[in-house]
Amino acid sequence: MTVFTAILFLFLIVCAVAASLSKSLLNTVLIFMTYSLVMSIIWVILESPDLAITEAAVGAGVTTVLFVLTLKKIHAIMGADKAQEEEELEYRRRRSQ
Amino acid sequence: MSRKVPREQYEKTLSYKLKTWLEGSRDLYLDNVEMRPQSPRMEDETLRQRFLADKRRERDRVYDTKNNREVALFKKLYRIFSFLFCILLVSMLLIGVADLPPFGEADRPVNNEVSQRYIERGLQETGAVNIVTGMILDYRAFDTLGESHVLFIATCTVLILLRADSKTGKNSQEETEANDRAYEPKNDVILQTAARILVPFIVIFGIYIILCGHLGPGGGFSGGAVIGAGLILYVSAFGFAKTERFFTAGTYKWMSFGALACYCLSKTYSFYTGANHIESVIPLGTPGAILSSGLILLLNICVGVVVAGTMYTFYVMFRKGNY
Repeated sequence: MTVFTAILFLFLIVCAVAASLSKSLLNTVLIFMTYSLVMSIIWVILESPDLAITEAAVGAGVTTVLFVLTLKKIHAIMGADKAQEEEELEYRRRRSQ
Repeated sequence: MSRKVPREQYEKTLSYKLKTWLEGSRDLYLDNVEMRPQSPRMEDETLRQRFLADKRRERDRVYDTKNNREVALFKKLYRIFSFLFCILLVSMLLIGVADLPPFGEADRPVNNEVSQRYIERGLQETGAVNIVTGMILDYRAFDTLGESHVLFIATCTVLILLRADSKTGKNSQEETEANDRAYEPKNDVILQTAARILVPFIVIFGIYIILCGHLGPGGGFSGGAVIGAGLILYVSAFGFAKTERFFTAGTYKWMSFGALACYCLSKTYSFYTGANHIESVIPLGTPGAILSSGLILLLNICVGVVVAGTMYTFYVMFRKGNY
């Protein structure tokens, strides 16, 4: 195993842990996409380019798009101004009680 | 010998009942079930207030971790047990992996006569330079057929779940929000310029992967996924009006149906001729040429068409629930 492969594997583990620990769902999806991308490089190193192409197209491409669309549908992605607005509302509700 | 039976007796027989049931000439529910229109649900204001008060009390008292000791204890225990459960699961998996035979040894159970046969005689028997494609589309073409059908069924399920039929009537706020088409097109200059440059290359690369599936790495599934991703980029840059000129629900229906039927027919023929060492009529060609290896090229195209359509349909269904 070369140093490059070791770094990639380490990055993979970091990505996996970060995806499960991240608070924001959008961040999780983006980390998951990075995971797929690194995984596809590892497939090339492990000499299976078939899998690498599929992983890059499905894992990093289509799945991420579908995840982001779902997040948009369930209103989990908010603009910065809207998030701040929600926070203020929450704060005011706490104050009034 | 047939016997003439009177009409009343004939109408009592099981076959007559089955026939009427099949033809639907008699309504089974007619005199048996009474149908009443449902009364509209009335929203009771006091009930609603009580519900909201309950919600508030629940939030303030039950989930108040500072004062409610039971909840605090439960939360602590929940964390400890979830941590223990994770450790247990991880250790089980690690023990399972540690029990596997070491990688790359000659006497592993994986190195049996099946893979040996694939490697030694795959090129002669399937004509595909890429052994993986030769395996999945020749020796195991039946599995790949099942895979394509799984994709098709998944699309059907997504269609059933996410399909939003267009309603006539007033447009409520929720409805316009649910329909992303109201915000189309966004005309993002960066996205459109990038898409204009990238999409042709992505689609051509996908077609190349599909067509050269038997010569190098690639194949129907990966190529179809690449084409689907290119179509998704195109539609998110230019809006649905542009793609609906060439891709609608009807297009998808006929594309999938045609590809799956083509696969079924060609491979059924192959099952009949190729199995049990009956000579296949289709020539294998010279290995390495684009028109070689029997049916594999055709099957790759079929799988690619199904996968590309599926990816794009998933996106459209998630995006706006209709074509």
